[in-house]
Amino acid sequence: MSIDVVNITKTYKAFTALDAVNLHIPTGELVALLGPSGSGKTTLLRIIAGLEWPDSGEIRFDGADALNRSVGERNVGFVFQHYALFRHMSVFENVAFGLRVRKGADKLPEAAIRAKVNELLALVQIDWLAERYPAQLSGGQRQRVALARALAISPRILLLDEPFGALDAKVRKELRRWLRQLHEELPVTSVLVTHDQEEALELADRVVVMGKGRIEQIGTPGEVYDTPATAFVHDFIGESLSLPADVRGGRLFLGERAIALDSQGASEGPARLLARPHEVDLADPAQAPFFGKVLAVRTFGPIRRADIQIVVPSGHVVVEAAVPFGEGLEIGSQVGLVPRRYRVFGAKA
Amino acid sequence: MATATASRLTFRKPSVIPGFGLTFGLTLTWLCLIVLLPLSALFLKTSELSFDRLLVIMSNARTLHALQISFGLSLAAAAINLVFGGLVVWVLVRYDFPFKRVVDAIIDIPFALPTAVAGIALTTLYAENGWIGSLLAPLGIQVSFTPLGILVALVFIGLPFVVRTVQPVLADLDAELEDAAASLGATRGQTIWRVVLPSIWPALLTGFAMAFARAVGEYGSVIFIAGNLPGVSEIAPLLIVIRLEEFRYADATAIASVMLLASFVLLFIINRLQHWAESRGGRER
Repeated sequence: MSIDVVNITKTYKAFTALDAVNLHIPTGELVALLGPSGSGKTTLLRIIAGLEWPDSGEIRFDGADALNRSVGERNVGFVFQHYALFRHMSVFENVAFGLRVRKGADKLPEAAIRAKVNELLALVQIDWLAERYPAQLSGGQRQRVALARALAISPRILLLDEPFGALDAKVRKELRRWLRQLHEELPVTSVLVTHDQEEALELADRVVVMGKGRIEQIGTPGEVYDTPATAFVHDFIGESLSLPADVRGGRLFLGERAIALDSQGASEGPARLLARPHEVDLADPAQAPFFGKVLAVRTFGPIRRADIQIVVPSGHVVVEAAVPFGEGLEIGSQVGLVPRRYRVFGAKA
Repeated sequence: MATATASRLTFRKPSVIPGFGLTFGLTLTWLCLIVLLPLSALFLKTSELSFDRLLVIMSNARTLHALQISFGLSLAAAAINLVFGGLVVWVLVRYDFPFKRVVDAIIDIPFALPTAVAGIALTTLYAENGWIGSLLAPLGIQVSFTPLGILVALVFIGLPFVVRTVQPVLADLDAELEDAAASLGATRGQTIWRVVLPSIWPALLTGFAMAFARAVGEYGSVIFIAGNLPGVSEIAPLLIVIRLEEFRYADATAIASVMLLASFVLLFIINRLQHWAESRGGRER
C-alpha cells in the first residue's frame, strides 16, 4: 500500500512540529525517517498511523483519503518505542489481542486465532515464550512480541517508532538484519523512525532526513551519504569536517586567502566547506589549501584520527582528519589538509 | 530454589544501608507498643469469658444484627465507592477542566472533616424536612434513621480512600498502551475493559479494602444519621459502646474480637485477590 503525505502541517502552541511536509512512499518500500530529536519524525509517523491529526494537509493510502478513518480503521501495524505491551496478558494473549477485539462478521473462531498467533510467534522466533508475561522477557524479546502483535492484524503498512532505541548495540544489530528480512517476506510498506543514522542507512531502501519539521533530503542511503543536499544533512549523517569560508566572485576564500578549491556554485557571501574526515589527505602545509597544528592523535581499532587546529578569521576551529596507517604525525607540528571530495554550501543552505 | 529460601530466612543480609539493627528494633518496639499490645489486651479480656458465654453473647439477635449491618453495609459502601471513586479518578486524571485543583482538593474533605460534623451535616440534609430528605420523602424513601442512612455516611467517608489509591496508578499508566490497543482495532470500550481496568485492578482492590476497613470502624458520622434502633439501624461499634456503658466489659470485648477477626479475614481475602491480580501481570521490578 503506498502512502502519500501531502502538505502536512502540525503545530503545538508556538512550536511547529511539521511544516508543509510532502512525501511519497511507494508500495513495498522500507523508508526510514531520520533526524535529531524534535525534528518532527515521530509526529509524522503518528499522523500517518492516525494517533494524531494534522492541522492541515492530507494523508492518502493507495490514493484514498486516510484522515477520515480512525487509527483502528486504518489497519496499520504500529510498533511503539517502549513496546507498550499489555503487562497483564501473556505473550500469546498480547499477540492475539488484535484478533480477539474483532466483532461481528470479522470475528475469528478460537482455533483460527490460535493458529494465526502461533504462526506469528514462529515468524518472530519466540514461539517458546508464548506463556510468559512481558515482565519476564528481555528487551529484544519484548520487541519481537510487539512486532508480532502489530502484524496480527495483517497490516499493509507497518510503522515503527524507534524500534531498537532501548536495546543494546549487539541485539540492535541482530534485530535490524532480521527486521529487514521480515520486511522482504511480508507484503508491507514499512516506515521506520530513528535518530540512529547507522540504522537508517543499513536498513532502509530510502532515507528521509528531517530537521526542524521539514524534510531536508529524500534519497537512497548512498545518495544522502555521498551527495548531501544541505549542510544540515552533511553534518547529521556521517562525520563531517567543517570550515567557515567565503565565496567572493565565484572563488573560495578562507579569511583573506584564496583557496584553490572549486566554490561549486555556492551563493556569494559566507559559506561552509564540508568534507568527510576519511576523504581528506594529509600534505605539505605549504602546498595544501588548509593547514594547521596537530593537537592530538588518537587510535581506536583500525582507525587513527588527528585533531588539527586551523586558524580562521573568527579565531580557530579544530577539525578531525583521518591519519593513514604508517604515517607518523608529530603533535605540535604543522600539517596541510587536501580534501579529495568536499561540498561547499552557502550560508542559507 | 533452595538458596532462595535460605536467603529469605537469613535475617540480616549484607547491605550498604547502615542502621538495620537500630531501625528494625525501633520499628518492632513501636509496633508492639502501639498496635500489638492493645490488641492482645483485647483478646486477653475476651478470654476471661467461657466459650459457652461467648456463644450466648454472639448468638444474641441484637449482636448478630449489628454485626450484619456493620459488615454488610461496609462492603456495600466500599463497592459503591469502587465504582464512583473509579469514575472520579478517571475524570481527574484524564480530563482538564477549570478548577480541577479545587475539585481535587474537595475529595480530601471526608479525610479531614471530624466525622461527627459529617454525621450532623448528612442528617440535616437527609432528614425528612432536609433539602434532600424532603425530595425523597414523597417517593417513600426514608434515608435518615434507616440502614440506608448508614450507607450514605459510609460512602461519604470512604470515597477519598479509593480515589487517592487509584489516582497515581492511573496517572502513571502509559498512554501508549491505549494507543496500541486502538491501533490494533479495539474500540474505546474494549480498550478500557481489556487494557486499562486490568492494569489498575490491584489499586482498585486496595482502595476497596481501605474504604471497607474505614467503614467497618466508622462511628462518629454514622450514629447521628442511623437513629440507632436496636435490630434495625444499630452498628456494631455503637453496640460495643452501649455494652461498655452498661459495664458489660466482657460482652464489649467479645464483639470487638469478633469484628477484628472478621475484618482480618476479609482483608486477607482482598489481599490475596490483589496479589493474584498483580501476579497475573508478572511481577514488576
